[in-house]
Amino acid sequence: MTAPVLMAEGLSRVYEIGGGLFGKPREIRALSDVSFEIARGRTLAVVGESGCGKSTLARVVTMIEPPSAGRFAIDGAEVTPARWAGLRDAVQIVFQDPYGSLNPRQRISAILDEPLRINRKALSRAEREAKVREVMALVGLRPEFHDRYPHMFSGGQRQRIAIARALMLEPRVLVLDEPVSALDLSVQSQILNLLMELQERLGLTYLFISHDLSVVRHVCDEVMVMYLGRAVETGAKAQVFDHPRHPYTRALLSATPLADPARRKERIKLTGELPSPLNIPAGCAFAARCWKAAPRCRAERPPLEGAGHRVACFFPEAG
Amino acid sequence: MSVALRQGPLGEFWYYFRENRGAVIGLWVFAAFAFVALFAPLLAPYDPTQQFRQSVLLPPAWIAGGDWAFPLGTDPLGRDMLSRLIHGARYSFFVGIVVVVVAASGGILLGLIAGFAPKWLDSLIMRLMDVILAFPSLLLALVLVAILGPSLTNAMIAIALVLQPHYVRLTRASVLSERTRDYVVSARVAGARLPRLMFVTVLPNCLAPIIVQAALSFSTAILDAAALGFLGMGAQPPTPEWGTMLAEAREFILRAWWVVTFPGVAILVTVLAINLMGDGLRDALDPKLKRS
Repeated sequence: MTAPVLMAEGLSRVYEIGGGLFGKPREIRALSDVSFEIARGRTLAVVGESGCGKSTLARVVTMIEPPSAGRFAIDGAEVTPARWAGLRDAVQIVFQDPYGSLNPRQRISAILDEPLRINRKALSRAEREAKVREVMALVGLRPEFHDRYPHMFSGGQRQRIAIARALMLEPRVLVLDEPVSALDLSVQSQILNLLMELQERLGLTYLFISHDLSVVRHVCDEVMVMYLGRAVETGAKAQVFDHPRHPYTRALLSATPLADPARRKERIKLTGELPSPLNIPAGCAFAARCWKAAPRCRAERPPLEGAGHRVACFFPEAG
Repeated sequence: MSVALRQGPLGEFWYYFRENRGAVIGLWVFAAFAFVALFAPLLAPYDPTQQFRQSVLLPPAWIAGGDWAFPLGTDPLGRDMLSRLIHGARYSFFVGIVVVVVAASGGILLGLIAGFAPKWLDSLIMRLMDVILAFPSLLLALVLVAILGPSLTNAMIAIALVLQPHYVRLTRASVLSERTRDYVVSARVAGARLPRLMFVTVLPNCLAPIIVQAALSFSTAILDAAALGFLGMGAQPPTPEWGTMLAEAREFILRAWWVVTFPGVAILVTVLAINLMGDGLRDALDPKLKRS
């Protein structure tokens, strides 16, 4: 196994809200104590329902926001806000909504040129133009799209443009924040295939964020299941999908439709809601919705334990 | 719809603008006004300050006692009304442009800063603008001119200062709504620094409401300059500025109606045309008002 390209240790992100002039600001723990490693050319999928901290993780790793605690490193280089500018071209992001992520007033050529113009000052205009055309061909955009505006494109083509922009700086890591969930089903598979092809060809490392387990099963090597800002189960794809150990993972998997009538399982229905991140319960965050919860779960937080396939539960399923 | 979309942004704009009849009429009147202002020395029959002592307070040509040499009559000093009105268009146009440019550029800059700044600076700028907005605008302009000394230049500075807060608020509001959009975040991920984010990424997406505001405040500027002129705090005689002309002729209202009526009508028509045009601009540029 090669050395990890991306390594994170105890990443946390706390937002302060409210407060105003007199009130005391309240804390939202969007991300607590998340650790992971991704090896070169591999894909780590982060799954969980909305509000579990997936997108916050994406924003921290992409250096949009600094982590409140914890540290992470890219290729062994520690990332601190002071070094952000130099590490920009190591990590890039593709957003969920291709309608909001492209500047409506810029032509495709300008959108793709911008990262080069800012970060590759040594390149001449013609060299930048050549690079833009090369990447456009790479993601399957026709050369005549060069001078058009984003509103002239469909969602799938816009997402190709967004991927092209992310690739302009030849990053080592690509953070994909639900890259296909805003797209039609038929277009989803095209974009997923493009992403997998690019990964193979360019040796990219993906942090793939999604709530769609069938998509995740298709693309990832490893999975991290998150619940209320914490990782509750991590492991290789086969282990997690075939032998889920955390009750939450089991519930999630049972909710995914399978195209195999023979394997129909009974569906685990969760009651209740995600607890408010403003008021995180003392014990296991999932205890309130868990059918196995015992008094110990409400009092103590289970640590993420195990070798390889790790789980944060006092009563895990037999692996 | 599909026809409009294929013609590019300008064609689309014209498609929506054309729907509003009043706006198109306003545009033509405004074009005529701009033309007159631009070519005033060629269009006007006489010099605006030349006095014809033998024909003082002559009525318009179509009224008994009028003379076709002075189609709109003459004022109490024997100056040709038509020439003065044509040259007056020049001053009004100049006032409108200078005030809009000064107020808009200052206001946009402050609004962008307020939109991107930390909370304390944002509050500071906005409270300052609230203070300016709390004064009756004409009164504040009067005070400013009184301090700076009455002249057309100082009147323009005062009016620009009074109109500026509207641009600040408008720009800040648009910036706040655009700033959190994904394309701004991705420009940041690409490494764009604050000035680039402000002027290249965000500003072009905030321009539509600002353009509408600019068109509407053009007429406010003309109106305020005329009001200041009327109060003796704007352009000084013998400048043929419309408001100053009204003030000079005040005492002749009953004896010679034309000396007050024509400058008044000129102001009215110009301001009305610009307002109609501005409404049309708003309809065409504001995506929320578009019918799809």
